[in-house]
Amino acid sequence: MDPNTKMKKIQINMQENKHNIKMAEIKRQSGRKADEIRPISAKVGIIPNANGSAMFQSGNTIAIAAVYGPKEHHPRNQRNPAKGTLRCTYNMMSFSVTDRIRPGPNRRSTEISKITEWALEPVVMLEDYPGMVVDVHIHMTQADAGTRCAGINAAAMALAHAGIPMKNMVSSIAAGKLDKTIVLDLDKYEDSEFEDGEGSTDIPITFTNDGKLTHIQVDGHITTEQLKQAMKMAREASKKIYEVQKQALKDSLVGDLK
Amino acid sequence: MIEQTTSNITKKRIQEYLEQGKRFDGRELNEFRDLSIETGVSKNADGSARVKIGNTEVLVGVKMNVGTPYSDSPGKGNMMVTSELLPLSSPRFENGPPKFPAIEVARVIDRGIRECGFIDFDKLCIKEGEKVWTVFIDIYSINDDGNLLDAAGIGAVAALRNAKIPKYDEEEEKVLFGELTDKSLPIKKDFPISITFHKVGKNIIVDPTREEEDVGETRITIGSSNGIISSMQKGNSEAIEVEEFEKVLDMLDKTWKDIFKKIEKAVK
Repeated sequence: MDPNTKMKKIQINMQENKHNIKMAEIKRQSGRKADEIRPISAKVGIIPNANGSAMFQSGNTIAIAAVYGPKEHHPRNQRNPAKGTLRCTYNMMSFSVTDRIRPGPNRRSTEISKITEWALEPVVMLEDYPGMVVDVHIHMTQADAGTRCAGINAAAMALAHAGIPMKNMVSSIAAGKLDKTIVLDLDKYEDSEFEDGEGSTDIPITFTNDGKLTHIQVDGHITTEQLKQAMKMAREASKKIYEVQKQALKDSLVGDLK
Repeated sequence: MIEQTTSNITKKRIQEYLEQGKRFDGRELNEFRDLSIETGVSKNADGSARVKIGNTEVLVGVKMNVGTPYSDSPGKGNMMVTSELLPLSSPRFENGPPKFPAIEVARVIDRGIRECGFIDFDKLCIKEGEKVWTVFIDIYSINDDGNLLDAAGIGAVAALRNAKIPKYDEEEEKVLFGELTDKSLPIKKDFPISITFHKVGKNIIVDPTREEEDVGETRITIGSSNGIISSMQKGNSEAIEVEEFEKVLDMLDKTWKDIFKKIEKAVK
């Protein structure tokens, strides 16, 4: 679609008080409401070889994750004698985006891999596995923005499916801002092509299910008050995601009983 | 859960079974596991396919871009096959640049498709000597339970058949990524199938599970279409008797037809 016609499709209807973000309304290209996340689905046990595995889909973004371990940590010099190590690798498949990307890791995927580790580490209990490693491999088979969030959600489910001791689940969602309006779950168009007014801001956030933050990033511009509002909306959405993750894990057990 | 290595006792038992013409899962020696093919599984790809053979699963995506032709074929499009054996798919695979097994999959599949003329590269020329289409075929393993090579070959063909050519702006001379025409790739109706035959003791088997592959002494991959062989690769260190090799060739026709039927059924 021609970007100009796309642009016309987005119309922002601000109500009278321009500074009251709660009153702002936006017409999104996808037809979603400001606080509406894309349809999500999840499945556990998709990779028979792995100790644990999961798929998490959010709209047109699909992440798959597999967990191997706890197992002996190689290379030896990276072993932690005090506790086990969580090692995540995030990667996009070459054909997951419209413009083919070269297979293999790059600077972006290296950073997201580490961010994913940080997002998960607070809930993973590896104290009883000194000198060992749990590998989490995350791949995007189809990407439409929000990939790190989908990856973290899939990884958390795969860890639980692998029976790795966890204090809690984590659920990840991107809040965002389109011009002056706080929204949830930017898609590819909103994330990278939307340019009206203040443009778009992407704020991926990960919560534990008791409401602690394990990951937040901001890419754009936003005031402290707006950010607090975005956090609240993201927290509510994370509860919905948690329910889907929990249901998928339960469903995998029912399958085992049959 | 799959083991890092297959134990000697399991290997011995597999060999004993094969001597009686039997396999653990009750299959005939020249029988494939259940095959399923799903196409259009990744929306941003120009073509894509998910192939499952038993518990083995691969994901293949096709992407096209415009580039310059090679100097020895100014009027022909290009093709590039890459393969990654993801650590996600097996505890035996490690992170890092592709090692020999991944490179071999890509090269064997490349020859299987290229040499039989499945793609008409002449029709992928936009301007001779300057602009031609390059077809990228990217293969990812999702779960390795043996015979990734044959799964990858079927996946590559299925993804190519699923692919549509992207729109190309001739004035700006650039590809409009994300926008596809309704034109399929210039491919032949008859497609190549790569089949790998494994020698275990005195027996030849096809479509081995991971454990059976571990017992295999040597293997021969044959890419053919309707009785015409166009690519071949012998892998692993053991030698094979000429008589045994001829036995492989004698098995080819029936095995090919069986898989062809399975593919036709899976596509419907």
